[in-house]
Amino acid sequence: MSKRANAIERKNAVIRFSGDSGDGMQLTGTLFSDTSAFIGNDLSTFPDYPSEIRAPQGTIGGVSGFQVHVGQTQIKTPGDYADILVAMNPAALRANAKWVKEGGTIIIDEDSFDEKGIQKAGYKTNDPILEDKLDRFNIIKAPISSLTKEALKDLGIDPKSILRSKNMFALGMVYWIFDRPLEYTEKYFEKKFAKKPLVIEANKLVLHAGYNYAETVEHMAPSYKVSPADIDKGTYRNISGNIATAWGFIAAAEKANLELFCGSYPITPATEILQELSARKDMGVKSFQAEDEIAGICTSIGASFAGDLAVTTTSGPGLALKGEAIGLAVMTELPLVIVDVQRGGPSTGLPTKPEQSDLMQALYGRNGESPVAVIAASTPSNCFHYAFQAAKIAVEHMTPVILLTDGFIANGSEPWKIPAMAEYPEIKVPRVKEGTQNWNPYARDVEKLARTWAVPGTKGLEHRIGGLEKDELKGSVSHDPVNHEKMVKIREEKVQRIANFIPELKVEGKQNGDILVVGWGGTYGHLATAVAELNEAGKDIGLAHFNYIKPLPRNVREVFAKFKRIVVCEINLGQFADYLRMNLPEFKYLQYNKVQGLPFTVVELKAHFEKLMEE
Amino acid sequence: MSENQVIENQPIITAKDFKSDQEVRWCPGCGDHAILNAIQRALPELGYKKENFAFISGIGCSSRFPYYMNTYGFHGIHGRASAIASGVKVANPKLSVWQITGDGDALAIGGNHFIHAIRRNIDVNIILFNNEIYGLTKGQYSPTSKFGAVTKTSPYGTVEHPFHPGELVIGAQGKFFARSIDGNLKLSQEIFIEASRHDGTSVVEILQNCVIYNDKTHAALMDKEHKEDRTIILKHGEPMVFGKNNDKGLVLDTKNLKLKVVQLGDEYTEKDLLVHNAEEANPGIHLMLANMRYPEYPVAFGVIRKVKDQTYDKAVKAQVDDVRSKSKFKCMDDLLRSGTTWEVK
Repeated sequence: MSKRANAIERKNAVIRFSGDSGDGMQLTGTLFSDTSAFIGNDLSTFPDYPSEIRAPQGTIGGVSGFQVHVGQTQIKTPGDYADILVAMNPAALRANAKWVKEGGTIIIDEDSFDEKGIQKAGYKTNDPILEDKLDRFNIIKAPISSLTKEALKDLGIDPKSILRSKNMFALGMVYWIFDRPLEYTEKYFEKKFAKKPLVIEANKLVLHAGYNYAETVEHMAPSYKVSPADIDKGTYRNISGNIATAWGFIAAAEKANLELFCGSYPITPATEILQELSARKDMGVKSFQAEDEIAGICTSIGASFAGDLAVTTTSGPGLALKGEAIGLAVMTELPLVIVDVQRGGPSTGLPTKPEQSDLMQALYGRNGESPVAVIAASTPSNCFHYAFQAAKIAVEHMTPVILLTDGFIANGSEPWKIPAMAEYPEIKVPRVKEGTQNWNPYARDVEKLARTWAVPGTKGLEHRIGGLEKDELKGSVSHDPVNHEKMVKIREEKVQRIANFIPELKVEGKQNGDILVVGWGGTYGHLATAVAELNEAGKDIGLAHFNYIKPLPRNVREVFAKFKRIVVCEINLGQFADYLRMNLPEFKYLQYNKVQGLPFTVVELKAHFEKLMEE
Repeated sequence: MSENQVIENQPIITAKDFKSDQEVRWCPGCGDHAILNAIQRALPELGYKKENFAFISGIGCSSRFPYYMNTYGFHGIHGRASAIASGVKVANPKLSVWQITGDGDALAIGGNHFIHAIRRNIDVNIILFNNEIYGLTKGQYSPTSKFGAVTKTSPYGTVEHPFHPGELVIGAQGKFFARSIDGNLKLSQEIFIEASRHDGTSVVEILQNCVIYNDKTHAALMDKEHKEDRTIILKHGEPMVFGKNNDKGLVLDTKNLKLKVVQLGDEYTEKDLLVHNAEEANPGIHLMLANMRYPEYPVAFGVIRKVKDQTYDKAVKAQVDDVRSKSKFKCMDDLLRSGTTWEVK
C-alpha cells in the first residue's frame, strides 16, 4: 500500500457493485469484502438480486447488486447510500443511481453505453447522465470492456471468457480508490482456479489493469482511507444469516448428542439453509428434500418422534402450508424447529425482498389454541445463536419453536468472531431410559411442564400419540370436556414458562427518559445505528430490541415504564405493536412502519425520531 | 426389513402381545377388524423385537389402527402418513415402519406423499384399506369410488374416473404391490409377512368392506359360490390358474397385447398359461394383472410385483456414513474454523 497524501480519511464507506446478473457482481463484492475484513475493517454486506434467474440481458429486471459497508467503527448495516457505485451497464445505472450519496462517485463501463444498451435499460434519450440528472455526481466513464480485451489480447482466450473477467477490472479500480492490497484476491484466484493457470493469469492481469487505470485517471477518482476498526481480538470469519442458521442447528445437535434431521422444500429466501445442511453430511446431517412444504414438516415430525433433533426451513408461503402440521407438533408435544425466513407477502409477494409480516402468522396462524415459542434472530451472525437457542428450547421444553429471520439478515453477511463450542451451554434431552417403570407419555416436569421423550426402539415404552386430544397423563385419546380445557391451558402455560429460562430484555443507549425505540428481528442494525448516532448527538433515546417474542422476556413492563414514549418500528403495518398492545395494554405505542420490501435506512429513522422529539 | 431387527433367545411373542388396552371402536361388521387380526397374527412370525415396530397413520376410519396396536404408534393428520413414516424410517432405519391408510387418506389428500414415498422406495409397509368411500365423514365418494357411484356428495352419480391403486403404484415406479381382501385373513397374513420382508416401499391394497356406507362393494369377490371364478391368487413361479375347478387360466393375447381368460381343455392346457414372475423388473404384465377387473377378468390377489432395488433409507445412511468417515470435520469447532478466517490482534 502506498502512502497517499491526498487520501480522504473516512470512518466508513459504502460501495455498491451492480451489473447484469451474469456479470459476477456478487463475487466482486465478496472479494472486496474479504480483503477489507483481512485488513481489519468491520463490515456488513447485502446482496440484491432479481428473482428471475436470467432476466433478459441488459434490462432493469436482470440487474444484480452487492453492497458493502466498511468502517473503522462498528458497522451494523450494509449502509443506506453508496459513496461509490459501480454500474457495469446502463440498466445497472438506472436501477441504482438513486442509492448514491450526494456527491458520490459513479463508475460506469463506458463501452456498454451504446445505443442498444441505453435503449434496453429504458432510457428515452441517448444520454442517461443528463436524462436522470446524474451530473451532480462524480462520474468516471471507464472503457472497462475494451481495456479488459486489451489486457488479455496476448493470452489467446476466447472473447466470451475475456468479457467474463471485466468485473475484475472494476474491482481493481475500487481497490485503488481504497488503497487496498491485491494479494488476498490473487490468492483467491490461485486457490479457486488451481487447475487452470491461464484463468489465474487472466484474472490477475485484468485486476492489475483496473488498478493501474484508476491510478492514471487519478484526477477523476477519489482516494479514501478507511483505517482498521477497533474490534475484539480473536479469530474471525465471514458468515451469512442462512449459513449461521444451519450451523446453529448442527451445533445444537452436537451439544444435545442427537442426530440432526432437516426435512424441507426449497423456497426463496430460505433455500440456502437446506443446501448448507445437505452439504453437511460431512457433519452427519440427514437432509430430506421433500415433495412439498407439508412433507417437509411432516418428515421432520416423524424424525422427531423417532428421536432426532428435527428442523424444517421455509418462508412465509411455506409456513402457511405447514400450519396444520405445526398444530400436530403442538399436540404431540415433540421438539421441532420451524425456520421462517420472512419475505414480502402476501401470496408470492416479493420473494427476494425482506419484510417482517409473518409475525402474526407465526404466533397465531393455526387452528385451535396452538401455542408455540417464537424467537427472532436480529443480525446475520446471531442467527447461529438463535438457531442454537431455538433447538435448545424445543428439546428441553418439548415444544415446536418458530425461528423468524428475514431475507435481509439471511442473505446479508458480516465478520463474526468464531465462538468456541465449550462456551455454549449444554442441552439436556428429556429422554426416557429403558427400564423406566410406570412411565406415562404425558407426565410433566414440574418446573417446565415439559413431557418426556420415549423413542421407538426403546424396550417397554411402547405408546401411541397423535393429533387427537390427549388424556392429561396417559396421552391416550380423550374427548372429556374438562380434560380438554385443562390441556389447552397446560400447553399455553408450558410455552409461557419458557420466560423463566431466557435472558431479560436489555436497553441500549439511554436507559430511561423520553423515547424508547422498540424493534424485533432483522431491523436491529438500522435501529441500533440510528439510536447510537442520536445518543452521540446528546439525544434522549434508547433501544429495546426483542429476540424473544413468545414468551416475552419477564422484565418488559419494567423497561417500558422507564420511558415517556414508546415507538415500535417494524417492516410491516404494526404486528408487533398490536401484539404488545394485547399483552401490555397499559402502555401507549407509537408506530413507525415501512412496507416496501426494503430495510429501514438510518437516515429516515433518525429523521423520524428527531421529528418526534420536537413534538 | 433389516437384519438388526431379528431377535435371538427372547420370549416368543404372540398376536396377543400386539393388542393394546384400547377398546376397538370400529363398527361391528367392519372389514377393519379382520385386517387388524391379520396384522397381529403376522407380526410375531417376523421375529423382530416388539419395540422396533412403529405404526403410522393419517386420518380416517383405518387410521385409528395404531391405537389398537401395542407398539410405538403415531396417529397423524389427514394425508400425511407417508411423509411422517418417511421421517421415522430415515431417522431410524432399524425400525419396522408400517403405514396404515385408506383410499381417501392415501390417494386424495395424501396422493402426493404416497407417490413420492413409492418413487423413493423408502422401506415402509403401506397398508391401504380400500373401501371406495369416505366412512369417517359419513359417506362421500372417494378417489376409488366406481364411476357413477351414488353417494352423499354424488346424489346423481359421480362423473369422474377412479384411481386404481395398483396402476398408481406401478406408475410411480413401485417395486412391491400386493392385493388381498378383508375376508381372506390367511392370505392377508401371508402378504403382510412378505411385504415386511421386502426391502423398499411395499404397498398392500386390502379390499375392505364398509358395512355402513358402502356395504357389499366387494361382495362379488367374496361370494361363496363364485369367488374362485372371479378372483385369481397369484403365486410367484406358478401358472396363472384359477376357478372353482382350476379350469381357467390367463394367457397373453399377443395380437392385442392384453391378457385373455381361457378355459383349460382341448385348446389350452396349463402349459400354455402365463407363469407368474413377480420379480420381473419390467412392469408390463404386472400392470395388466393389477388392472384386471371383474367381470371381464378375475381380480388378482397375492403379490403381483416384488422387485429388488436400492432403498432410500439405506442409501441416505450409506451416503452420510461415507461422507462423514472421509470428513475433515470431527466436531463443530472444526467446521466453525474451516474456510477463510483471519486473526484480529
